[in-house]
Amino acid sequence: MLLRLTRTELRLNLREPVPAFLSLLAPTILVVVLGSVPALREPSPDLGGRRVIDAYVGIAVALSLAMVALQVMPMVLATYRERGILRRFATTPVSPLVVLSAQVLAALATAVTATLLAVAVGRIGYGVPLPADPVAFVVAFLLCAAGVFAIGLLVAAVAPTGRAGNSIGTVLFFPLMFFAGLWTPRELLPGILARIGDFTALGAGERALHEASAGNWPNLLSVTVLVAHVAVFGLAAARLFRWR
Amino acid sequence: MPVIEVNDLRKRYGGTDAVRDVSFAVEAGEIFGILGPNGAGKTTTVECVAALRVPDGGEIRVLGRHPRDPALRALVGVQLQESGLQDKLTVGEALALYAGCYREPTDWRALAGELGLADRLRVRYANLSGGQKQRLSIALALVGNPRVAILDELTTGLDPHARRDAWGLVRSIRDWGVTVVLVTHLMEEAERLCDRVAVLDRGEVVALGTPAALAAGHDSLDDAFISLTTRSGEE
Repeated sequence: MLLRLTRTELRLNLREPVPAFLSLLAPTILVVVLGSVPALREPSPDLGGRRVIDAYVGIAVALSLAMVALQVMPMVLATYRERGILRRFATTPVSPLVVLSAQVLAALATAVTATLLAVAVGRIGYGVPLPADPVAFVVAFLLCAAGVFAIGLLVAAVAPTGRAGNSIGTVLFFPLMFFAGLWTPRELLPGILARIGDFTALGAGERALHEASAGNWPNLLSVTVLVAHVAVFGLAAARLFRWR
Repeated sequence: MPVIEVNDLRKRYGGTDAVRDVSFAVEAGEIFGILGPNGAGKTTTVECVAALRVPDGGEIRVLGRHPRDPALRALVGVQLQESGLQDKLTVGEALALYAGCYREPTDWRALAGELGLADRLRVRYANLSGGQKQRLSIALALVGNPRVAILDELTTGLDPHARRDAWGLVRSIRDWGVTVVLVTHLMEEAERLCDRVAVLDRGEVVALGTPAALAAGHDSLDDAFISLTTRSGEE
C-alpha cells in the first residue's frame, strides 16, 4: 500500500507541470547557468583552489531537498487536510501515517532524481569531480534530508490551508537556502553568518555534503545539528499534526 | 443484536454540548435516518460512530465493537460531508487506490458501473459534475465491501434528477445487504428512504420512530419536524 500510494503521489506531482519541472530541474539549471560562466570554472583562491562550480554542485543538492521538503510537501499535505483527504484515509484500514510516509518517500524520490541529474550534468558538462566518498555522501544526503523534512513536516502539521503551507515553506526556503550558500557559497560568507549557517538544517547539510564530496565523513557539529532538527521539529510535527 | 448502539452519547466543543444524552440503535438491514436542522449535532453523532471524533461521554458499539476497534475500518464505509479528492486524480485511479486500502475490496469496476461512473474512469476529479463527485464519494465508501455505510448529507447540492438517482442508489445499497445510516435535513428524503429516523434538535434526540409514526397527528412529516425542532440559528 505504501508503494502504491507513493506511486500515486509521484504521478500526481508530475501532473503539476511547473512544480514538477522546478523540483526536478532547478538544481541542474543552477549548475548549468553557473557552469556557463567561464570565470566560475577557474580555480578560486578563496575556495582553497576549488572552482566555484565545484562548490555549487553540493549547493544544488541541498536545493533539491529544500524544494521538495519546504515548497512541495507542506503545500500538498496541507491541501490534503483542507480537502478532507486525510480524514477520508482515516476511515479506511490504512493508517494515516502511511499517507505521510508515502508523501515523504515521493518527495525523497524526486530529490534523489534531481540530485543524480545535477551531479551527472556537473560531472559531464563541467568536470566537477564525483563525491570522493560516495557512502559518506549518501549518509550526508540522508541526514540533510532528515533535517529539512522535519521542518517541512512541522509546516505541514500546522498550516491550515495548502496556500498557507506553500507560503510558510517559501518564507523559510529563502533564508535556509541563503545559509546553504545558494547566493554566496558558505566559504565566502562573513564569519558570523557562516557560523549561524552551521546551526541551520541546510547550512549544516550542505557542509556535510561538501565534506563527503571531498572524501570526508560529516563533521560532528553538522550531524548533531541535523539530528537535533529531527528530534525537535520532528517531535513537534508529530505532536501538532492535525488530521482535519 | 443491533448493528449500531449509541447510549447517552455526549460531545462538548468549548463550553457547550454539541450532543448530549443521544441514544438510538440501528438494526441490521435498515436505512436509519438521522434528521435535524443545521447545528443539531447530526454530523458530530455520526463522526463519533465512525471514530473520527472521540466522545466525552456515553457508549457506542458498532457491530458489537468499540468504535475505535481497527477491525471496524474494513466493516464501516463512510461518506463524509465536504471531503474531496486530489484535483488531478482520475476516477479510476481513485477507485483503484481506495480499493487497495482494503483486504477484501469489492470489484471497483463493477461498482463504478452500478454508480453510473463507468464512462468517467479516465476523467479527473476536478472535471466531474457535482453529482458525479457525490457518486464517486459514495463509491469510495462502498469499495471496501462494508457491512455498514454512513452517508452524511448525501444529496446536498444535487439537482432533483441526481437526487432521485442517489435515492435509488441508497435502496440498492440496502438491497446488497448493507445497513445504511443516512444523515439528512430533507424531510422528503427521510420519508422516501428511511425505515426509521431519529430527529435531533440542539444536540438531543427529540423523536425516534418510523417516518409514518412521527408524522401521525401532524399534516405531514414536514409539519412534525417543524413542531419538534428549533429554527436553525435560534437559541
